[in-house]
Amino acid sequence: MNVVAPFEGIGASVKRKEDLRFLSGRGQYTDDIDRPGQTYACILRSPHAHALIRGIDLAAAKAMPGVVAIFTGADMTGIGGLPCGWQIHNKDGSPMAEPPHPVLAQGKVRHVGDSVAVVIAGTRAQARDAAEAIEVDYEVLPAVATMEAALGAGAPRVHDGVEGNLCYDWHIGDPAVNAAAFRGAHKVVEFDLVNNRLIPNAMEPRAAVGDYDPTTGDYTLYTTSQNPHVIRLLMGAFVLQLPEHKLRVVAPDVGGGFGSKIFHYAEEAIVTWAAGKLARPVKWTADRTESFITDAHGRDHVTKARLALDKDGRFLALHVRTLANMGAYLSTFSTSVPTYLYATLLAGVYTTPTVYAEVKAVFTNTTPVDAYRGAGRPEATFLLERLVDVAAREMGMDRVEIRRRNFIPADAYPYQTPVALQYDSGDHVATLDEALKVAQWDSFEARRAEAKTRGKLRGIGISTYLEACGIAPSAVVGALGARAGLYEVGTIRVHPTGSVTVLTGTHSHGQGHETTLAQLVTDRLGVPLAQVDIVHGDTAKIPFGMGTYGSRSLAVGGSAMVKAMDKIVAKARKIAAHLLEASVEDVEFDRGTFRVAGTDRTKSWGEICLTAYVPHNYPIEEIEPGLEETAFYDPKNFTYPGGCHICEVEIDPETGHVDVVNFTAVDDVGRVINPMIVEGQVQGGVAQGIGQALLETAVYDENGQLLSASFMDYQMPRAGDLPPVSVATHATLCTHNPLGVKGCGEVGAIGSPPAVINAVVDALKEFGVRHIEMPATPAKIWNIIHADHKLAAE
Amino acid sequence: MYDFAYHKPSSVADAVKLLAADPDARPISGGQTLLPALKHRLNKPSSIVDLSGIAELKGIRREGDRLVIGALVKHHEVANSPEVKAAIPALAQMAGTIGDTQVRNRGTIGGSVANNDPAADYPAAVLGLGATVVTDKRRIAADDFFQGMFTTALEPGELLVAVEFPIPEKAGYAKMRNPASRYVMAGVFVARTKDGVRVAVNGAGPGVFRQAEMEQALAANWAPEAVAGVRQSPDGLNADIHGSAEYRAHLVTVMAKRAVASAG
Ligand SMILES: Cc1cc2nc3c(=O)[nH]c(=O)nc-3n(C[C@H](O)[C@H](O)[C@H](O)COP(=O)(O)OP(=O)(O)OC[C@H]3O[C@@H](n4cnc5c(N)ncnc54)[C@H](O)[C@@H]3O)c2cc1C
Repeated sequence: MNVVAPFEGIGASVKRKEDLRFLSGRGQYTDDIDRPGQTYACILRSPHAHALIRGIDLAAAKAMPGVVAIFTGADMTGIGGLPCGWQIHNKDGSPMAEPPHPVLAQGKVRHVGDSVAVVIAGTRAQARDAAEAIEVDYEVLPAVATMEAALGAGAPRVHDGVEGNLCYDWHIGDPAVNAAAFRGAHKVVEFDLVNNRLIPNAMEPRAAVGDYDPTTGDYTLYTTSQNPHVIRLLMGAFVLQLPEHKLRVVAPDVGGGFGSKIFHYAEEAIVTWAAGKLARPVKWTADRTESFITDAHGRDHVTKARLALDKDGRFLALHVRTLANMGAYLSTFSTSVPTYLYATLLAGVYTTPTVYAEVKAVFTNTTPVDAYRGAGRPEATFLLERLVDVAAREMGMDRVEIRRRNFIPADAYPYQTPVALQYDSGDHVATLDEALKVAQWDSFEARRAEAKTRGKLRGIGISTYLEACGIAPSAVVGALGARAGLYEVGTIRVHPTGSVTVLTGTHSHGQGHETTLAQLVTDRLGVPLAQVDIVHGDTAKIPFGMGTYGSRSLAVGGSAMVKAMDKIVAKARKIAAHLLEASVEDVEFDRGTFRVAGTDRTKSWGEICLTAYVPHNYPIEEIEPGLEETAFYDPKNFTYPGGCHICEVEIDPETGHVDVVNFTAVDDVGRVINPMIVEGQVQGGVAQGIGQALLETAVYDENGQLLSASFMDYQMPRAGDLPPVSVATHATLCTHNPLGVKGCGEVGAIGSPPAVINAVVDALKEFGVRHIEMPATPAKIWNIIHADHKLAAE
Repeated sequence: MYDFAYHKPSSVADAVKLLAADPDARPISGGQTLLPALKHRLNKPSSIVDLSGIAELKGIRREGDRLVIGALVKHHEVANSPEVKAAIPALAQMAGTIGDTQVRNRGTIGGSVANNDPAADYPAAVLGLGATVVTDKRRIAADDFFQGMFTTALEPGELLVAVEFPIPEKAGYAKMRNPASRYVMAGVFVARTKDGVRVAVNGAGPGVFRQAEMEQALAANWAPEAVAGVRQSPDGLNADIHGSAEYRAHLVTVMAKRAVASAG
């Protein structure tokens, strides 16, 4: 009776529908799009971190072969700057400093890679040749490459109007309550740490193609974006003043984003604007060097923390002071990352009754910094989970026991934290116990001893974390300064023969939505997976959407689809009731079959769909023909995935090399739709977390030159760097969305870095190491080993 | 990359003629070093002379107590050659660790030796084994060939044709990779031949160099313990964001020890 193969619905590890296209090289990426008469843009970038532009001589460049046009900031004065999407307020209530972010530099450059001019020519090589022929007269200014330098007395100003290079000085929590709790403490653990700056390095560099139809005045932008509607809104409304109906934004296949493709970038506005000016399509594709210096970077926090404990090791209070690097300009969501996506997570999985966090955001002459996989939560988690380990050691307590003692108990949910969030569900003991078992925590000392016989230092580390994703209730984020709503949109278009096209406002750039979201339809409507297609990434096709980031696609986008499917089912039942000559209340629907309750009178899904479009016998007075519904879903709360990560490392004391020998992740991501995809997402996130912990870091010299500006110096994780990652899930369901899902896109990158560093510190414990900053490179570890303990090479 | 003319001669004589006719011409072998440089516009040759069609530059031959490897022989071929594995297993093993699969299937011994990147692998083997570099005009001893960072005894327009390796009694190689580039951060090639012991260090300094103290220590006692106490001076070694000169100096001793251990 049930025609649907049940293994394609929720919980089935079906293979990804999109992979045939990707693995056979048939994806259609932005750079694959060529428009008739297309020209190519090359952006002339600043070689200096900070300089005045005294003059630009274009004469030689204009005479170069193939040049169509050259524009500088002087040509783009009529249009707006790139907007910041989140306004933060200072402690005193005043708004943050929000200096302009011009699309092309206006008289001054503020970081290496800042855009100075654009050359548009017949070929990519011609554009580049001409860009090299532009003569810019720079007056180089002293640069501030670090936050420390930027905050120093008399430091050069990145923006003339921003005193002290301070974007904002923000806080959350009650300072008086917090201070009082510290006064009653048995012990206060003080701890300073850095969260290293990362460069996202999506496999596909950013690209944009602008197109303009002079007969209609319609603009089209093809771009490597995680959220085409957001780009249309920001660029159309704030930069180019183009109304939505005249601007189509298409984000086709996108080869990885990790956050860096959320933001609205200058190049998108440049190619769109230039296409209109020239009435010719304009394409720009970043090369890898441009990606390094212009894609928004991630993390970059410097933090001082204090944790108060009672004599039993219970946390009484946490006080955190963080400096967050904004880079030279405010990227789209930069300001929200170290505030509402970071400090609100500082309770973690613990019952700490008071948390007070102060965050200063600082301008420097470096590439802008914004959300990167996890965005704020990895920074909070790294701080907490390192701090808890340090506290355990200084209290003489077991690392696991101190965590257990402070966990929010499963029966305390919903749980209100002292830093705004209300967690809906979780079971930290369950994920901890499972992870300890899988990782064979209890037999670790035997493995340490065995490694010692081979001359290796073995260590184990743990992290028990929680994060907030599935962003976010529009009213809540609006009250906190977001300049956008964060609902999601889904349209279910049922065709006359019963197959389904879903239009979703989320965007898949590696996550597998074309599979997972289709599984929701299969599960609910009983339509085989092969008959469900997911359409995303085109403002001309999809009603609206806020895109994909913050692990929101399933929790918010999937919920919108569920709401739309509810409407579909409600209407279909009416049609079925009409055909079955029953009352609607008596018609049940279960995956593909409509039945008059308690009888064998049924109608199939196909019959109902056909009737909707061929309404010969139809309740036409009551309902319209057709079967297509759209829903906007605004979440009631964030979702709160969490779990436990355990990492085991072996260090070669002669070279300092860290080998990650084992990694266990037991995550609570809520209901699992496709276990295989969850496993892949967690593994990918863990790879990025191991990358942050051991390998990756952006290094600037004191003049603001990026020293790690290529893969020769920036260490991306490679397959050989990664251990087998054992992934398991333990679900407590989200209580406020219809699917019970939480999100799995970022947990790997959030939970893992402290587990890795805790393991490294544990391996090095005989050297009295309290902390090692990320990345724990061989040279750094060697320095620690050899600082006070001259290990002879023999 | 900038525009250039492209030639594909089929003999060494023709290649040399093309190079002589144009001082801004550059030979290309596997392109694994030159192509990235061209793509980054760091180089602007007027013409490229592609050596890949020259049969004389190919092949691995055993000639008495020497192993002769043609300039165009790829890293992958050396790594898998029965002749190399039988005669100098350390060389085959080393070639199998250069770059990645793609690089090993394009990059050549001639290109690597001619390029003399301080962080490359081959120069350590060539110097460590006391090989002879054969060009279209002459034979150059390894000790005279490498002249510091990206500099060799090759004259403009001179083509490297082959490398002749003496077959050692024992040889071994160990390296620590640069964490990012995976080129050599510090490597040591050790060899014992009938002419004595040689120890060549790559990666750590601005060019490949011999480590005399280690050579003496190993001549007296061919064992890992013999070099374990020999300290490399950090003076003049490389220092960068990946490690200090002291770290590299320390690694030289560690790698020497491991190279000897691997040589058996
Ligand atoms: C991703 C990557 C990783 C790498 N990792 C390593 C590594 O770990 N270790 C390592 O040693 N190398 C590494 N390499 C370099 C690689 O081994 C190159 O193949 C090698 O350095 C150059 O050889 P080629 O044949 O590619 O030379 P080409 O790039 O063709 O030429 C290199 C230079 O030599 C000149 N030249 C070439 N042939 C001759 C000749 N017969 N006579 C005179 N001059 C000549 C060229 O003009 C050019 O200046 C790596 C390269 C890449 C791209």
